[in-house]
Amino acid sequence: MTVDLSGPAAPPRRNGELVFAAPWESRVFGITLALQEAGLFGWDEFRERLIAAIAAQERGNAGWSYYACWAGALEALLAARGICSVAELDVRAERLAMRAPGHDHRR
Amino acid sequence: MSDHEDDRETLRAEALESLLREKGLLDPAAVDAIVRFYEQDVGPMNGAKVVARAWVDPAYRRRLLDDGTRAIAELGFGGPQSEHLVVLENTPAVHNVVVCTLCSCYPWPVLGLPPSWYKDPAYRSRVVRETRAVLAEMGLTLEEGVEIRVWDSSAEVRYLVLPERPAGSEGLGEEALATPVTRDAMIGVARAKGAV
Repeated sequence: MTVDLSGPAAPPRRNGELVFAAPWESRVFGITLALQEAGLFGWDEFRERLIAAIAAQERGNAGWSYYACWAGALEALLAARGICSVAELDVRAERLAMRAPGHDHRR
Repeated sequence: MSDHEDDRETLRAEALESLLREKGLLDPAAVDAIVRFYEQDVGPMNGAKVVARAWVDPAYRRRLLDDGTRAIAELGFGGPQSEHLVVLENTPAVHNVVVCTLCSCYPWPVLGLPPSWYKDPAYRSRVVRETRAVLAEMGLTLEEGVEIRVWDSSAEVRYLVLPERPAGSEGLGEEALATPVTRDAMIGVARAKGAV
Protein backbone atom coordinates (compact mmCIF):
# COMPACT_ATOMS: atom_id res chain seq x y z
CA MET A 1 0.00 0.00 0.00
CA THR A 2 1.39 3.37 -0.90
CA VAL A 3 0.48 6.43 1.04
CA ASP A 4 0.41 9.91 -0.41
CA LEU A 5 2.48 11.75 2.13
CA SER A 6 2.14 15.27 0.84
CA GLY A 7 -1.04 15.77 -1.17
CA PRO A 8 -4.43 16.91 0.10
CA ALA A 9 -5.25 13.34 1.17
CA ALA A 10 -2.00 13.02 3.11
CA PRO A 11 -2.25 11.41 6.52
CA PRO A 12 -2.51 13.80 9.42
CA ARG A 13 0.80 14.99 10.65
CA ARG A 14 2.10 17.56 13.02
CA ASN A 15 5.32 19.16 11.95
CA GLY A 16 6.23 16.06 10.00
CA GLU A 17 5.00 13.52 12.52
CA LEU A 18 1.89 11.39 12.33
CA VAL A 19 -0.47 11.93 15.24
CA PHE A 20 -0.95 8.18 15.71
CA ALA A 21 1.57 5.56 14.67
CA ALA A 22 -1.01 2.77 14.29
CA PRO A 23 -4.80 2.57 14.02
CA TRP A 24 -5.15 0.86 17.42
CA GLU A 25 -3.51 3.87 19.05
CA SER A 26 -6.17 6.18 17.69
CA ARG A 27 -8.92 3.76 18.75
CA VAL A 28 -7.81 3.50 22.38
CA PHE A 29 -7.36 7.26 22.47
CA GLY A 30 -10.84 7.84 21.02
CA ILE A 31 -12.49 5.22 23.24
CA THR A 32 -10.95 6.82 26.33
CA LEU A 33 -12.14 10.30 25.46
CA ALA A 34 -15.60 9.09 24.47
CA LEU A 35 -16.05 7.25 27.79
CA GLN A 36 -14.76 10.20 29.74
CA GLU A 37 -17.04 12.61 27.88
CA ALA A 38 -19.93 10.24 28.62
CA GLY A 39 -19.09 10.57 32.31
CA LEU A 40 -17.97 6.99 32.96
CA PHE A 41 -14.86 8.28 34.69
CA GLY A 42 -13.04 11.52 35.31
CA TRP A 43 -9.94 12.55 33.43
CA ASP A 44 -7.86 12.66 36.62
CA GLU A 45 -8.76 9.05 37.40
CA PHE A 46 -7.48 8.04 34.00
CA ARG A 47 -4.39 10.21 34.31
CA GLU A 48 -3.43 8.57 37.61
CA ARG A 49 -3.60 5.16 35.94
CA LEU A 50 -1.61 6.42 32.98
CA ILE A 51 1.13 7.78 35.23
CA ALA A 52 1.29 4.44 37.04
CA ALA A 53 1.42 2.49 33.76
CA ILE A 54 4.21 4.71 32.41
CA ALA A 55 6.20 4.39 35.62
CA ALA A 56 5.78 0.59 35.56
CA GLN A 57 6.90 0.35 31.95
CA GLU A 58 9.93 2.51 32.64
CA ARG A 59 10.92 0.18 35.48
CA GLY A 60 10.57 -2.88 33.29
CA ASN A 61 12.68 -4.19 30.45
CA ALA A 62 10.07 -4.13 27.73
CA GLY A 63 10.35 -1.59 24.96
CA TRP A 64 8.81 1.82 25.36
CA SER A 65 5.33 2.29 23.93
CA TYR A 66 3.33 5.24 25.11
CA TYR A 67 0.03 3.98 23.77
CA ALA A 68 0.59 0.52 25.23
CA CYS A 69 0.73 2.32 28.59
CA TRP A 70 -2.40 4.21 27.65
CA ALA A 71 -4.24 1.00 26.71
CA GLY A 72 -3.09 -0.71 29.89
CA ALA A 73 -4.25 2.25 31.98
CA LEU A 74 -7.67 2.19 30.34
CA GLU A 75 -8.04 -1.57 30.84
CA ALA A 76 -7.07 -1.25 34.50
CA LEU A 77 -9.46 1.61 35.11
CA LEU A 78 -12.40 -0.11 33.42
CA ALA A 79 -11.70 -3.29 35.38
CA ALA A 80 -11.43 -1.40 38.69
CA ARG A 81 -14.71 0.34 37.99
CA GLY A 82 -16.42 -2.94 37.12
CA ILE A 83 -17.17 -1.72 33.61
CA CYS A 84 -15.22 -4.39 31.77
CA SER A 85 -13.08 -7.08 33.36
CA VAL A 86 -9.69 -8.15 32.07
CA ALA A 87 -10.95 -11.74 31.74
CA GLU A 88 -13.84 -10.57 29.60
CA LEU A 89 -11.43 -8.68 27.40
CA ASP A 90 -9.04 -11.65 27.15
CA VAL A 91 -11.84 -13.92 26.00
CA ARG A 92 -13.08 -11.48 23.39
CA ALA A 93 -9.58 -10.76 22.06
CA GLU A 94 -8.91 -14.48 21.82
CA ARG A 95 -12.14 -15.00 19.91
CA LEU A 96 -11.28 -12.22 17.50
CA ALA A 97 -7.84 -13.73 16.97
CA MET A 98 -9.47 -17.02 15.92
CA ARG A 99 -11.22 -15.49 12.95
CA ALA A 100 -10.51 -17.05 9.60
CA PRO A 101 -7.25 -15.90 8.03
CA GLY A 102 -7.77 -13.00 5.70
CA HIS A 103 -10.48 -11.52 7.81
CA ASP A 104 -9.93 -7.82 7.84
CA HIS A 105 -9.40 -6.52 11.30
CA ARG A 106 -11.27 -3.34 11.87
CA ARG A 107 -9.18 -0.88 9.77
CA MET B 1 7.02 -1.96 19.01
CA SER B 2 7.17 -5.38 17.35
CA ASP B 3 4.58 -6.57 14.85
CA HIS B 4 3.51 -9.15 17.39
CA GLU B 5 2.83 -6.55 20.05
CA ASP B 6 1.13 -4.36 17.48
CA ASP B 7 -1.19 -7.25 16.55
CA ARG B 8 -1.92 -7.91 20.20
CA GLU B 9 -2.81 -4.26 20.86
CA THR B 10 -4.92 -4.16 17.71
CA LEU B 11 -6.94 -7.14 18.89
CA ARG B 12 -7.36 -5.81 22.40
CA ALA B 13 -8.49 -2.41 21.16
CA GLU B 14 -11.01 -4.08 18.88
CA ALA B 15 -12.16 -6.39 21.67
CA LEU B 16 -12.59 -3.49 24.07
CA GLU B 17 -14.51 -1.43 21.55
CA SER B 18 -16.88 -4.29 20.68
CA LEU B 19 -17.53 -5.13 24.35
CA LEU B 20 -18.25 -1.53 25.28
CA ARG B 21 -20.54 -1.17 22.29
CA GLU B 22 -22.49 -4.25 23.32
CA LYS B 23 -22.80 -2.92 26.84
CA GLY B 24 -24.32 0.23 25.38
CA LEU B 25 -21.52 2.37 26.79
CA LEU B 26 -19.83 3.40 23.60
CA ASP B 27 -20.90 4.71 20.23
CA PRO B 28 -18.22 3.87 17.64
CA ALA B 29 -19.27 6.93 15.64
CA ALA B 30 -18.34 9.09 18.63
CA VAL B 31 -14.91 7.47 18.68
CA ASP B 32 -14.54 8.15 14.95
CA ALA B 33 -15.48 11.79 15.45
CA ILE B 34 -13.01 12.26 18.32
CA VAL B 35 -10.16 10.68 16.36
CA ARG B 36 -10.97 12.75 13.28
CA PHE B 37 -11.03 15.91 15.36
CA TYR B 38 -7.61 15.30 16.90
CA GLU B 39 -6.11 14.15 13.62
CA GLN B 40 -7.44 16.90 11.42
CA ASP B 41 -9.00 19.84 13.21
CA VAL B 42 -6.76 20.66 16.11
CA GLY B 43 -3.05 21.27 16.13
CA PRO B 44 -0.23 23.77 16.45
CA MET B 45 -1.84 26.01 13.85
CA ASN B 46 -4.23 27.06 16.61
CA GLY B 47 -1.44 28.01 18.97
CA ALA B 48 0.34 29.81 16.13
CA LYS B 49 -2.70 32.06 15.70
CA VAL B 50 -2.60 32.89 19.39
CA VAL B 51 1.11 33.75 19.21
CA ALA B 52 0.72 35.88 16.08
CA ARG B 53 -2.13 37.82 17.67
CA ALA B 54 -0.03 38.44 20.76
CA TRP B 55 2.82 39.73 18.59
CA VAL B 56 0.69 42.31 16.78
CA ASP B 57 -1.71 43.30 19.55
CA PRO B 58 -0.08 44.44 22.82
CA ALA B 59 -3.43 44.57 24.65
CA TYR B 60 -4.13 40.96 23.65
CA ARG B 61 -0.63 39.97 24.73
CA ARG B 62 -1.29 41.39 28.20
CA ARG B 63 -4.59 39.55 28.47
CA LEU B 64 -2.92 36.36 27.29
CA LEU B 65 -0.20 36.54 29.93
CA ASP B 66 -2.75 37.48 32.61
CA ASP B 67 -5.24 34.72 31.91
CA GLY B 68 -4.22 32.33 29.16
CA THR B 69 -7.39 30.25 29.18
CA ARG B 70 -9.65 33.26 28.78
CA ALA B 71 -7.54 35.03 26.12
CA ILE B 72 -7.21 31.84 24.10
CA ALA B 73 -10.97 31.34 24.30
CA GLU B 74 -11.33 34.77 22.62
CA LEU B 75 -9.91 33.13 19.49
CA GLY B 76 -12.33 30.24 19.78
CA PHE B 77 -9.98 27.64 21.26
CA GLY B 78 -10.62 25.72 24.46
CA GLY B 79 -11.99 22.52 25.90
CA PRO B 80 -10.36 19.42 27.34
CA GLN B 81 -6.82 19.80 28.65
CA SER B 82 -6.89 23.60 28.65
CA GLU B 83 -9.01 24.43 31.68
CA HIS B 84 -6.06 26.23 33.23
CA LEU B 85 -3.69 27.37 30.51
CA VAL B 86 -0.70 29.49 31.45
CA VAL B 87 1.24 31.35 28.76
CA LEU B 88 4.98 31.79 29.34
CA GLU B 89 6.71 34.65 27.58
CA ASN B 90 10.20 34.16 26.19
CA THR B 91 12.42 37.22 26.25
CA PRO B 92 16.08 37.83 25.39
CA ALA B 93 16.85 37.13 29.06
CA VAL B 94 14.46 34.29 29.90
CA HIS B 95 13.71 31.11 27.97
CA ASN B 96 10.84 28.83 28.99
CA VAL B 97 10.57 25.15 28.15
CA VAL B 98 7.71 22.79 28.96
CA VAL B 99 7.66 19.14 29.97
CA CYS B 100 5.34 16.69 31.68
CA THR B 101 7.64 14.59 33.83
CA LEU B 102 4.97 12.10 34.94
CA CYS B 103 3.05 11.46 31.74
CA SER B 104 2.07 13.60 28.79
CA CYS B 105 -0.02 16.59 29.91
CA TYR B 106 -0.16 19.03 27.04
CA PRO B 107 -2.44 21.87 25.89
CA TRP B 108 -4.42 19.96 23.27
CA PRO B 109 -6.67 22.77 22.00
CA VAL B 110 -3.72 24.93 20.97
CA LEU B 111 -1.07 22.34 20.10
CA GLY B 112 -3.00 19.17 19.27
CA LEU B 113 -1.65 15.91 20.63
CA PRO B 114 1.96 15.79 21.81
CA PRO B 115 4.76 14.50 19.58
CA SER B 116 6.35 11.20 20.52
CA TRP B 117 9.57 12.75 21.85
CA TYR B 118 7.51 14.78 24.36
CA LYS B 119 6.14 11.51 25.77
CA ASP B 120 9.49 9.76 25.68
CA PRO B 121 11.13 8.87 29.02
CA ALA B 122 14.40 10.42 27.86
CA TYR B 123 12.97 13.88 27.26
CA ARG B 124 10.77 13.76 30.34
CA SER B 125 13.62 13.00 32.70
CA ARG B 126 16.58 14.68 31.00
CA VAL B 127 15.12 18.08 30.14
CA VAL B 128 14.81 18.80 33.85
CA ARG B 129 18.32 17.69 34.83
CA GLU B 130 20.35 18.77 31.82
CA THR B 131 18.18 21.31 30.10
CA ARG B 132 20.85 23.07 28.07
CA ALA B 133 22.27 19.83 26.72
CA VAL B 134 18.85 18.52 25.69
CA LEU B 135 17.93 21.79 23.99
CA ALA B 136 21.27 21.82 22.16
CA GLU B 137 20.66 18.26 20.96
CA MET B 138 17.31 19.45 19.64
CA GLY B 139 19.02 22.26 17.77
CA LEU B 140 18.51 25.13 20.16
CA THR B 141 21.65 26.66 21.62
CA LEU B 142 21.06 29.35 24.20
CA GLU B 143 23.65 31.85 25.31
CA GLU B 144 25.19 31.37 28.74
CA GLY B 145 23.48 34.41 30.21
CA VAL B 146 19.96 33.31 29.32
CA GLU B 147 17.97 32.05 32.28
CA ILE B 148 16.14 28.83 31.46
CA ARG B 149 12.94 27.95 33.26
CA VAL B 150 11.55 24.43 32.99
CA TRP B 151 7.83 24.07 33.65
CA ASP B 152 6.36 20.72 34.64
CA SER B 153 2.80 20.34 33.39
CA SER B 154 0.30 18.89 35.80
CA ALA B 155 -3.27 17.75 35.96
CA GLU B 156 -4.29 21.32 36.69
CA VAL B 157 -1.95 23.50 34.65
CA ARG B 158 -0.97 23.35 31.00
CA TYR B 159 1.61 25.67 29.46
CA LEU B 160 2.08 27.39 26.13
CA VAL B 161 5.30 29.21 25.36
CA LEU B 162 5.01 32.59 23.67
CA PRO B 163 8.21 32.64 21.59
CA GLU B 164 10.12 35.80 20.80
CA ARG B 165 9.02 37.48 17.62
CA PRO B 166 11.67 36.87 14.95
CA ALA B 167 13.83 39.82 13.95
CA GLY B 168 12.93 41.17 10.55
CA SER B 169 9.25 40.29 10.86
CA GLU B 170 8.15 43.91 11.31
CA GLY B 171 5.30 44.86 9.04
CA LEU B 172 4.13 41.29 8.51
CA GLY B 173 0.44 40.62 9.03
CA GLU B 174 -0.94 38.12 11.50
CA GLU B 175 -1.34 35.35 8.97
CA ALA B 176 2.24 35.61 7.70
CA LEU B 177 3.48 35.79 11.28
CA ALA B 178 1.67 32.60 12.29
CA THR B 179 3.31 30.54 9.56
CA PRO B 180 6.78 30.15 11.12
CA VAL B 181 5.47 29.58 14.66
CA THR B 182 6.12 25.88 15.06
CA ARG B 183 4.88 23.43 17.64
CA ASP B 184 8.43 23.09 18.94
CA ALA B 185 8.71 26.87 19.43
CA MET B 186 5.53 26.79 21.54
CA ILE B 187 6.91 23.97 23.72
CA GLY B 188 10.13 25.93 24.08
CA VAL B 189 12.57 23.59 22.36
CA ALA B 190 13.02 25.86 19.33
CA ARG B 191 12.77 29.50 18.33
CA ALA B 192 10.12 30.88 16.02
CA LYS B 193 11.70 30.79 12.60
CA GLY B 194 12.80 34.00 10.91
CA ALA B 195 10.39 35.86 8.67
CA VAL B 196 9.37 33.91 5.59
